Amino acid sequence: MPKLIKGVGCPYCGSSCDDIEVLVSDDETKILEVHNACIIGTNLFHHANDPTRPKLPRMRQPDGSMKEVTYPEAIDWMAKTMLKAKKPLIYGFGSTNCEGMSAVARIAEKAGAVLDNCATICHGPSFLAIFDNGYPSCTLGEAKNRADVVVFWGCNPMHAHPRHTSRYSIFPRGYFTQKGQMQRTVLCIDPRETDTAKLADHHLMIDQGHDYELFDAFRTVLRGFDIPETVAGIPREKIKEAAEIMKKAKFCMIFFGMGCTHTDGRNHNIDAAISLTRDLNEHTKCSIMAMRGHYNIAGPGQVWSWQFGFPYCIDLTKGSHAHMNPGETSSVDLAMRDEVDCFVNVGTDAGAHFPIQAVQHLKKHPFIAIDPNFCMASEIADLHIPVRIAGVDEPGVVYRMDNVPIQFRAVIKGLPGVPSDEELFDMVYERMCELTNTQPVWLAAKADRKYPESPAVI
Amino acid sequence: MATVTLKPIKTPELIFEGYSITPDNFAGKTAAQIADLPGHEGKILMRLGDFFEISGNAGETAADTNIVITGDCSRVKYIGARMTAGTVTVNGNADMYVGGWMKGGKVHIKGNMDSFCGIQMEGGELICDGDAKNHVGCAYRGDWRGMKGGTIRIRGSAGNDIGTFMLGGTIIIEKDAFIHVSTHAEGGTVIIKGDVEGRVGGQMVKGDMYVLGKIKFMMPGYQKVDTVEKEVDGVTYKLDHYIGDLGERHGKSKGQIVYANLYVPAAA
Repeated sequence: MPKLIKGVGCPYCGSSCDDIEVLVSDDETKILEVHNACIIGTNLFHHANDPTRPKLPRMRQPDGSMKEVTYPEAIDWMAKTMLKAKKPLIYGFGSTNCEGMSAVARIAEKAGAVLDNCATICHGPSFLAIFDNGYPSCTLGEAKNRADVVVFWGCNPMHAHPRHTSRYSIFPRGYFTQKGQMQRTVLCIDPRETDTAKLADHHLMIDQGHDYELFDAFRTVLRGFDIPETVAGIPREKIKEAAEIMKKAKFCMIFFGMGCTHTDGRNHNIDAAISLTRDLNEHTKCSIMAMRGHYNIAGPGQVWSWQFGFPYCIDLTKGSHAHMNPGETSSVDLAMRDEVDCFVNVGTDAGAHFPIQAVQHLKKHPFIAIDPNFCMASEIADLHIPVRIAGVDEPGVVYRMDNVPIQFRAVIKGLPGVPSDEELFDMVYERMCELTNTQPVWLAAKADRKYPESPAVI
Repeated sequence: MATVTLKPIKTPELIFEGYSITPDNFAGKTAAQIADLPGHEGKILMRLGDFFEISGNAGETAADTNIVITGDCSRVKYIGARMTAGTVTVNGNADMYVGGWMKGGKVHIKGNMDSFCGIQMEGGELICDGDAKNHVGCAYRGDWRGMKGGTIRIRGSAGNDIGTFMLGGTIIIEKDAFIHVSTHAEGGTVIIKGDVEGRVGGQMVKGDMYVLGKIKFMMPGYQKVDTVEKEVDGVTYKLDHYIGDLGERHGKSKGQIVYANLYVPAAA
C-alpha cells in the first residue's frame, strides 16, 4: 500500500511551502505522486527517484577522468586538502538544512577558511542595507492576513516563487483580507513586462538601473516636495498616484528581489527601500521583505549570525576572530582576485552561477563539490561527494524567506551508504582533528547524540 | 627623521595582509626587527621580511619615521592602516584598505589603489596619484559613523560609494566618479572635478558636495535655490546651489532646517 505523507515542506524556492502531500511506495524508496507543489517542486521530488543518482564519491584522476572512491578516502582527501590550503573558500548552502550549515562551520574554523553562502550573488546586498538601515519586516502570515497594497519591486514571483502569490501575497483570503485578490491593489515596479507585471493593477516600467532615483522620488513626494517631470522614465503624475496608493493603504507590503539587489547601487537600492518603508509608517502600516531565492537560503544567515556574528562572507583565516567585508571577502571577489587556493561547493552550483572568469580562477586550485546530483560544479570538480537531498530523503530545519524556521521531514529512505551533509561534515571535521592531533569540540546536543556513552564536552 | 626602505622581493601567491606596515609599528625598531613584524597570507602567519628587503632603522617615534616602498604592492593590503603619524610612500600600486582608520600622518601612493582606501578615516592625509576603486573614505559595513576627518586626494578617478556615512573631512577626486557620492552623509565635503554618473547625495542629511563636471542623472530630491560664487580647492567658480535630499530627514539649527548642499557649475 503506498503511503500518503501530509504536511511536507518543499525544498525548492524561498516560499518553503509546507502543505505538500507526497505519495510514496510501500518500502519508502520511491516517490509516486506529489500534490499541491508547483511544477518545479514536483520535479524536485521526482528527481530523487533518478536511478543514476551518484552513490559514491568520485575523484579526478591524472588523466582527467573521474573514478569512484570510497567515502573514507574522499573524506581523508578533503580534510588534508583543506588543512593544506592557505585560504580555502567554502561556498553554497542555498539548498541544504541548517544542521549541515552548523556542522560546516566547525570545518571552516579548523581550516581557517572563508565561509560564504549563495546570498553573496543573491540577497547579500540586502544584508548590507539591513546593517545600515534596519529591517522593518514581518512574517508572510501577516502579509497574507493584512496587506491590502502589495508592491513587487524588481522581482517576478510568478516564475521564481510560483506559489508565493497564491499562498501569501495576492490571492489568499486572510483575516483582514477576506476578499482575497479583490481587496488587494498590486503594484509592480519592473523594467520588463513580466508575468507578475501583467497581474498587477499598476505597472511602473522603470528604466533599468534607476531604482534608487525612484525610491528617492517616492520619499520626496511623501514629504510634500515636488519632483522633476520624469524620474527613472516614469512620469511625475504616475509616481504621485502610486505614492498615494501606498499612503492610503491599510497595510502596505513591499517585496523586493534581484532587480534591486543586483543592479547598480545594490545595497543602496534596498537601503532606500527600507527608508521608504520607514517613511510610509508615518502615514500607515508598511513592511518590507526580501524575496529570498532558495527554500533555506535564509538559514545560513541565521545559523552563522548566531555562530560568528555575520550572515555571509565570513573570513575565519585569523583563527581569533571573524572578519566580514563583502567586496573583499565575498566569493566572486576572492576568486577574481586570486585570493583563495581551495574551493568547496556545497548544495549549489558555482559552476553554473559564477562568472566564467571566477570559475577559471577557482579551477587553478583544488575544487571540491558536495551535491546529491550531477551538476556543472560536480563535473569540473577534483572531488565530488554525493550526499542525501535535504527535504526529500533527509529531514532538517529550514528558514523560510521571512526567517520563520520550519522543520522539514524526509519522505523516503536515503540511498544506502550515502551520508547527509551534517554527517559528512562531522566526519571531515573528525578527520581534520585526527590529522592535527586536536580534540574535536561538539555542542552538548551533538555530543550526546554522537557519543551517548560519554558525557558532553561543552 | 629616519627612513625605512622596503623593497618588494616576492609577489605573494595569495594576498599579503601587511597590517604591520605603519610608522607606529616600525617606530623604535631596527631593520632586522622590522623584518620580523607579522603579516598574514591567508591563514599562514608570515614576516614582512618574507616579502620585502628592509633597509634603514626607524625613528624613535612614529612621527620620526618615514616608510618608502620602492615597488609594486598591488597584492599587499592594509598599507598605512590605523597609523597616527609619520609618512608612508609607495612608488607603485597598493591594494585594499590603504590608510583605513588612519588618525594622522601622510600616505602617498604613486600608482593606483584598490577599494576601501581611507575607510573610517579620522585624520591625516591620503594622496593617490592614480585611480582608486570603490568605497573611498567610506564607512565600514553597518557603521553609521563614517569618515570623520582628514583629507583624501585622488588625482585620477574613483568608482562608486564615495564618502558613504561621512561625518567630516574632505575627499577630492580630480577626475570622474561613478555612482553614490556622500550617500547617508551627515557632514564633510566631497569635491569631484570630473563627471559623475549619478546618485549624488542620496539620503544625505548634511554636508557639502561640489561636482565640477557633469552629473548625468540628478537625484530627484534636490532643488536649486540660488547661484553663488565659491572657492573650490583654490579656484573660484560660479556655481548653482542645490539643497537636498528632500526625501530624507533633516535637523534644525536656529529654527532653520539644515539641508545638504550640492554645487554644480552655473549654466552659462
